[in-house]
Amino acid sequence: MSKIIKYILLDILRNKIVVAYTLFLLAISLTVFSLEDTPQKGLLSLLNLILFIVPLVSIIFSTIYIYNSSEFIELLVSQPLKRNSIWFSLFGGLAGALTLAFIIGAGLPTLIFEHSTTGGAMVLMGALITIIFVAIAMLATVKTRDKAKGIGLAILLWLYFSLVFDGLVLFLLFQFADYPIEKVMVGVSALNPIDLGRILILLKMDVSALMGYTGAIFKDFFGTQKGYIISVIVLVLWIVLPFGYSIKKFNHKDL
Amino acid sequence: MIEAINLNKNFGKLRVLNNVSFSSANGECIALIGPNGCGKTTLIKCLLGMVVPDSGTLKFKNENIANGWQYRSQIGYMPQIGRYPENMKIGQVMEMLADIRASVHQVDEDLINAFALKKLYHKRMGNLSGGTMQKVSASIAFMFNPEALILDEPTAGLDPVAAEILKEKILTEKAKGKLFLITSHILSELDDIVSHIVYMQDGSIIFYKPINELKNEVGETKLTKAIAHFMNNTTT
Amino acid sequence: MRRKLISLIGIGLLFYNSNAATIKVGKTEVCKTIRSAIAKAANNDTIMVLSGIYKENNLVIDKPLTLIGIEYPIIDGENKYENISIKADNVTIDGFKVCNSGISSITDFAGIKIYNRHNAVIVNNIIEDCFFGIYAQFGINCIIKNNKLTAHQVQEQRSGNGIHCWKSDSMQIVGNTISGHRDGIYFEFVTNSIIWRNNSFKNIRYGLHFMFSNSDTYAANIFENNGAGVAVMFSNHVKMFHNYFKENWGDGSYGILLKEISDSYIDGNDFEKNTIGIFVEGASRIEMYNNSFKNNGWGLKIQASCMDITMKHNNFIGNTFDVGTNGSLVLNNFDYNYWDKYDGYDLNRDKVGDIPYRPVSMYSMIIEKYPPAMMLFRSLITSLMDKSEKVVPSLTPENLKDNHPLMKPKQL
Repeated sequence: MSKIIKYILLDILRNKIVVAYTLFLLAISLTVFSLEDTPQKGLLSLLNLILFIVPLVSIIFSTIYIYNSSEFIELLVSQPLKRNSIWFSLFGGLAGALTLAFIIGAGLPTLIFEHSTTGGAMVLMGALITIIFVAIAMLATVKTRDKAKGIGLAILLWLYFSLVFDGLVLFLLFQFADYPIEKVMVGVSALNPIDLGRILILLKMDVSALMGYTGAIFKDFFGTQKGYIISVIVLVLWIVLPFGYSIKKFNHKDL
Repeated sequence: MIEAINLNKNFGKLRVLNNVSFSSANGECIALIGPNGCGKTTLIKCLLGMVVPDSGTLKFKNENIANGWQYRSQIGYMPQIGRYPENMKIGQVMEMLADIRASVHQVDEDLINAFALKKLYHKRMGNLSGGTMQKVSASIAFMFNPEALILDEPTAGLDPVAAEILKEKILTEKAKGKLFLITSHILSELDDIVSHIVYMQDGSIIFYKPINELKNEVGETKLTKAIAHFMNNTTT
Repeated sequence: MRRKLISLIGIGLLFYNSNAATIKVGKTEVCKTIRSAIAKAANNDTIMVLSGIYKENNLVIDKPLTLIGIEYPIIDGENKYENISIKADNVTIDGFKVCNSGISSITDFAGIKIYNRHNAVIVNNIIEDCFFGIYAQFGINCIIKNNKLTAHQVQEQRSGNGIHCWKSDSMQIVGNTISGHRDGIYFEFVTNSIIWRNNSFKNIRYGLHFMFSNSDTYAANIFENNGAGVAVMFSNHVKMFHNYFKENWGDGSYGILLKEISDSYIDGNDFEKNTIGIFVEGASRIEMYNNSFKNNGWGLKIQASCMDITMKHNNFIGNTFDVGTNGSLVLNNFDYNYWDKYDGYDLNRDKVGDIPYRPVSMYSMIIEKYPPAMMLFRSLITSLMDKSEKVVPSLTPENLKDNHPLMKPKQL
């Protein structure tokens, strides 16, 4: 498996879009950290980046790359290789390259300018969100044969996770404001990896505010060691489940 | 060496393979021909494990290939259109495949040398012409001394010189007792190397015959004419 | 007037000391117990207590005496008694370790308690695991200085206050360290007093609890990590200068809770990492200058019931929300503050932003109404909502704005 992953990784790392993505992240993070008065403000701008750009680029790029590699995948399938390992290598190559791009573009500047736990949490979340959206992209491509449809689906998924889902949650919040829904909210947040990652960063960044009001519920769950570990496990599940399902589909897919 | 028993495959409502059965032995050079959409490509893909048949069995050297993958180390495949990750260099593709088949120690570089590919090893796949790409694909198919070779439209896109080199190579390997399965529309190119012909239509094998027998039947010396003759007979 | 009084007392003490005796207490001395020494002593004598453990049940000091502990003799209340009761004027207690007072829900047992007396001086004592630490009831002109008070109770009812002053006047609470009590320092009906350079941390309820106490000053204290921060309620003419409020976290926890306060000054204080820096309710005529609000959940929460509150030259840096409010009525005045979230410009280079800053964000109004919405804070959708609100204000109070936001933080 590691035989092909290396080559795929090298191929993606030389991809113009990935190089541009890295430079873009680098430019933005250097700008925010050197222009803003305080590193905290830099972190805030970076948070928006992680919640907006990173999932978008990860899912769209992965989708397009896999569609463009269909003939290459056929060639690999004709070789004495398990399908599992081919799909795994593609995933590893994409996730590895995009994570590396994120770490170089945004992670290193963050750690240099703001080497706090908040900064660390942010880099970790950015990396996890990258990998999660690669996994979701692989699920989207394996489910749709048509390239245009697949890319459309990827964009819709991104829109759903970064905007529509939160809109729905907000709507529910207003509708059920009179009921004790805090606990439900904690559960709901697990349904969107972007939300979960954001809350974990909030816990580091806005801990003082989170301690107020509903703080209780946040603190009781996310604030504890156990809650943090569970949240990270849920995020890992967001990688494992879509990817696991996609690998199952890919094993029986007609190319 | 390759044996198919009652293969069936549907894509949605479309029946692509309809009870396909055949058996081929070492040293045969089979031309798989038929009109577009007759199921040639699907049959090849089934052999290569890219398409999973709905029912029926496929055997390679008497072993069922369903869910298997090791058997493919004995198969060389040249796709109709080879496309590779565009930022990979030719050299890297070769290297990667050599990595995959690390068990093969004797690498056959005849075609690589004949096509003078080594000079181009540093070139990126994204910058190659279609012809060069085909040369790469052909070289890869022969590289690891497989016992069976599946060539999908091998001469399409190759210049006459390169096509001739490839034909020579096929003849040499055939003499060593290897099995060839070649799909092609342009029959004249293959006249002199093919030993058997499989003719498919609408997902079924219409006939599977040695070329001599076929020529005797239709009384034509040229294969093209023989086929054309046959097509006329079936359609009318 | 007060200073004159103190110096008069000083001269008086000097005069008395000249013919006062010193009595020693210890295992090898004639007096084995402090009680016997007090019985023997004449007014204004000094009792030197050598180190050791003294179980004196309830030690009552009913003469003006000076008690000095050598190497912290321990006065043990055996969890049953009030250790020391001061029932005379002009008593000094210096250098004792007072521990294990009784705990009761009927009587307010204390390590050291002053009963309706003047001029008590309680300095350099260590008070450990007492119900109340130092208790002044109708104390006048007392000094409580450089004591160290610790308790380890977990339940509020099992724990009394560290320094508790009730109906007292002209008290000086200076340089004490208090932790683990119910309230670190408790003031009720105390006037003309000063609380200076104390360190009150990890108390169960408030670091400082302050009620019906007028014309007091507290300055240069540190209040850290207390259950609910500091509460200042139902008082007027209070001056709060240069205190440090840090990490008072939790549901309903504040740097300072100001409730029904008027005519007061809050100047030069630091509020850092509190859930709410200052919570103001029903307050009027308060001037808040030169304070620093840093990394709080809310820098300032100001209820619509407040009026004539002036906020000037304060720094707001790294707070999740700068200002929160519950209504649209604004009778307060914000001016010349520094807000790190301000993204306006300064074309004329006078170091004051050219467009006003609105410190109340729309989302903070939403969270005020629907607290669980905090979950979505900083998500894309809420950022979009905040941005659109800035263009067309609809939910946030129109008048709550700083017309002259500073471009650079004020040096404090």
